[in-house]
Amino acid sequence: MSEAIQKDSAVNMRLLERLLGVLSKERLSNVGNALTKSLGIPLAAIGIFLMLWSVLAAQVETSLGVLPGPAKVWEQALSLVDEHKAERQKEVAFYERQEKRNAAKLVKNPDAKIKIRPYTGQATFFDQILTSLLTVATGFLIASLVAIPIGIVIGMSQTLYNAFNPIIQLFKPVSPLAWLPIVTMVVSAVYVSQDPFFAKSFLTSAITVTLCCLWPTIINTAVGVSSVDKDLINVSRVLRLPWLTKTLKIVLPSSIPMMFTGLRLSLSIGWMVLIAAEMLAQNPGLGKFVWDEFQNGSSNSLARIMVAVLAIGFIGFLLDRGMLMLQQKFSWDKSAVLR
Amino acid sequence: MTEQTHLELTKVTIDFPTDTGPFRALDDVNLKIGKGEFISLIGHSGCGKSTVLNIVAGLHQATEGGVILNGREVMEPGPERAVVFQNHSLLPWLSAYENIELGVKQVFRGTKSKREMREWIDHNLELVHMEHARDKRPDEISGGMKQRVGIARALAMQPEVLLMDEPFGALDALTRAHLQDSLMEIHAALGNTVIMITHDVDEAVLLSDRIVARPRERLALADDPQYNHYRSEVLKFLYERQKRPGESAADNAGAESKISTVEAPPTTDIPQEAMLRVVSS
Repeated sequence: MSEAIQKDSAVNMRLLERLLGVLSKERLSNVGNALTKSLGIPLAAIGIFLMLWSVLAAQVETSLGVLPGPAKVWEQALSLVDEHKAERQKEVAFYERQEKRNAAKLVKNPDAKIKIRPYTGQATFFDQILTSLLTVATGFLIASLVAIPIGIVIGMSQTLYNAFNPIIQLFKPVSPLAWLPIVTMVVSAVYVSQDPFFAKSFLTSAITVTLCCLWPTIINTAVGVSSVDKDLINVSRVLRLPWLTKTLKIVLPSSIPMMFTGLRLSLSIGWMVLIAAEMLAQNPGLGKFVWDEFQNGSSNSLARIMVAVLAIGFIGFLLDRGMLMLQQKFSWDKSAVLR
Repeated sequence: MTEQTHLELTKVTIDFPTDTGPFRALDDVNLKIGKGEFISLIGHSGCGKSTVLNIVAGLHQATEGGVILNGREVMEPGPERAVVFQNHSLLPWLSAYENIELGVKQVFRGTKSKREMREWIDHNLELVHMEHARDKRPDEISGGMKQRVGIARALAMQPEVLLMDEPFGALDALTRAHLQDSLMEIHAALGNTVIMITHDVDEAVLLSDRIVARPRERLALADDPQYNHYRSEVLKFLYERQKRPGESAADNAGAESKISTVEAPPTTDIPQEAMLRVVSS
């Protein structure tokens, strides 16, 4: 036993010496510095975070067992992937069975009416992510299409600004969840169709997202439009540019940075709102996944919810980066530092 | 030189609304300018030079009086009175060519074909020696080059009057000299009427047929005996206080009340502008 420990520590010492030898080489110091700054520090921070998480989570005892640490969450993430794969295989198998059955029917009787039924399996974690992304994209798109023109118009006219401002200020701080019951009732009353193209739940979530995405875009677009350089406006007056040319050539390009600030704020708000709305309304999506797991109350539920939490955060981050890339593409000033 | 009056400012007066009531920036300004004349406006900051220019451009509306160009009153801005702005004011998202094109398309729509427009824009870029930066955006060229493009944009509109608000103010001496040469060349070739604002007396003397100096109000008051009396009183008071810091409060109060009575006489009593003729080189 003690021999083994001795041998072990000897190996460790040798490893340490070799490591130090490599690290002390001068050529590494410059590369090392840059690497430490760009990669080392964030990695160290993540490492510390994971350590604190695993240590602290172990201290908390809930009715569903100990609060899961990073290892447990990782395990559940993998199992969610497995479940998704299994579900897909089931789907493929279902369609194969159906095809076979239909083929057999046709052989028996060529005039037989065959039905192709869609697969109605359980939505997996990844299906829910897809649903949520689709919903937030729809809501955000509608909001942007409404908000940008309104922002431009009220930014250019003080009168219209004065008219719209109280309404905007009133609705801006309203919580999305206060909208939810109203939107649900309105959608069920107005959207009546035998063969609906969109599910009602999808529309409800999307419209709730829209209602919350409107305000930051309107306000920031209006501010951007109204703060166009006075000299540039004078240029357009001297040139007697028509309204449309002035808007397209002068007002829009110069207000793009502010507009995108508004769009980014809107998208991140929209993503947060959507999860809450899905939880509350039991509409399909990541929010429903979280809620279902919470109701489920199995020993794995907390870990699975944490997977969802991390996924929500990561997707939110990616959405923001995506908007940033769009901004870079649209902005005339490619040298501007965007963060 | 003034064969006929081409541009005439008559009793131009303008008030700007402020929190403490209207502020009279210009009071009864009169000026007659002949066709093809090069006029420089010089004067101290805040004397209203830019305001005169903006009124001629139509960017500001005179409260009283008005501007007449070729027998028609100036009511709004227009391309026949092109402005070269102090800080070039090029659209930063458009190339030099596109910046000029914006104006050309507006002015020559229907009269020039696409090819003619393109040739005309290139011609104007050549005029200011900027053909090499045709497709560069303003942030890719130097300050002097930007100002050249700004001048080309104004010239390309074929204006009857070219209005320049300290066009070379932000440039270094060498660039400025180059641009002054270019401007003289262009003016000799095209014969536009030019009104230029400048701080630089040398520049005004070099370029213009006529210089209009707008004296600052304080300078105009220099001959006024009442003003001089008050001024010496104030100076005496300040000097005394400097000498004896622990002066009695009563004296202080008396002196202060004197200060508050210092008043500028109505500006209409004194000549608003002194004109001098300079032989252009």
